[in-house]
Amino acid sequence: MTIVNDIRQVLKDHARLSADTTTLAEDADLYQAGLTSHSSVNVMLALEGKFDVEFPDRMLKRGVFGSIASIRDAITELTAA
Amino acid sequence: MQYDNKSLYDGLVASGLIIPTGEPGVFGRNAVFEDVLERFNGLVTQLAQADGAEKFTFPPTLAREVFEKSGFMKSFPQLAMGVVSFCGCGKDHAELVSRIADGKSYDDLMTRTGVVLIPAACYPIYPSFTGTLPEGGRLVDMTHWVFRHEPSEEPTRMQSFRVREFVRVGSPEAVIEWRNMWLQRGLTLLQSLGLPAQEEVASDPFFGRVGKMLANNQREQKLKFEVVVPVISEENPTAVCSFNYHQDYFSKTFEIMQANGELAQTACLGFGLERVCMALFKHHGFDPKQWPAAVRSKLWP
Repeated sequence: MTIVNDIRQVLKDHARLSADTTTLAEDADLYQAGLTSHSSVNVMLALEGKFDVEFPDRMLKRGVFGSIASIRDAITELTAA
Repeated sequence: MQYDNKSLYDGLVASGLIIPTGEPGVFGRNAVFEDVLERFNGLVTQLAQADGAEKFTFPPTLAREVFEKSGFMKSFPQLAMGVVSFCGCGKDHAELVSRIADGKSYDDLMTRTGVVLIPAACYPIYPSFTGTLPEGGRLVDMTHWVFRHEPSEEPTRMQSFRVREFVRVGSPEAVIEWRNMWLQRGLTLLQSLGLPAQEEVASDPFFGRVGKMLANNQREQKLKFEVVVPVISEENPTAVCSFNYHQDYFSKTFEIMQANGELAQTACLGFGLERVCMALFKHHGFDPKQWPAAVRSKLWP
């Protein structure tokens, strides 16, 4: 699925995880994998660039960037609108 | 009780407690104000007496290298206050003097120095923790002038003020336990002075849209608490004491390890000393001689 692959690429470039983002489970906890508050912000900005979306304030939360699956759900919602 | 900016500011000025300088958020304090501040700080010292903190004092200038490494600009660029100086030649000097005489900008003739004004009371100490901590970690006690670029008409929002700060560095368990102990101590101390103090989950004033996310994260994880007292507003009470749990942010940045070889964690707490004084003046009046006996006997035993 291409959205997920793009998310994995963004994580690889910006999340500074200790885990391999290409094989990380979609529901794996990114914070457990080493995502920090500041790097989650870089991920958020990179996702906005990649998918040409803007996260509304209600989505600027820890949970939204907590796993590949939760990011995919947010992107899907924003690109469908 | 009525709360507003203006009546508190005007009252503080009229009673001579603060002396305006023409710049918002920058004022002098008279001997009565300073006495209250020092007495309150003394009560904090008493509370902390048995804790065995190491006491340090750093100047109001922070090495720019430390400031940059700390990541302050990622989070609060709007609050930073740098220090510039004139490093030009004789010709530049003539130009500088003439521009000042004409009321023109001379920013381009000034050069940044090796220091910035310290933005938070705990910042100077972290680089000194680099390396391996002793068993049980460390506890540090400092009172510093800090600087925030937020000129405001609110008397409680100052460009420069004093913070009584403690920093704990050690294992996550030790740091959290210490933070929780002080949260209770802070509340009890302020309530014992007749102030309607309450604790709140809080967030720092992170900059911009990115900051919104950082603030949400901080709140969700309950990394910051404040003890608040209504001073200029009932709906938005003023933080008089603030507790920040940094997890491993500073330990990663400054490579601070526990004795067992694991990464350490840090937390700090600070009493905003001027704000505590203003809360006391607001709630008990501008003349400390008229304050309730119970409050007076604590501050002037």
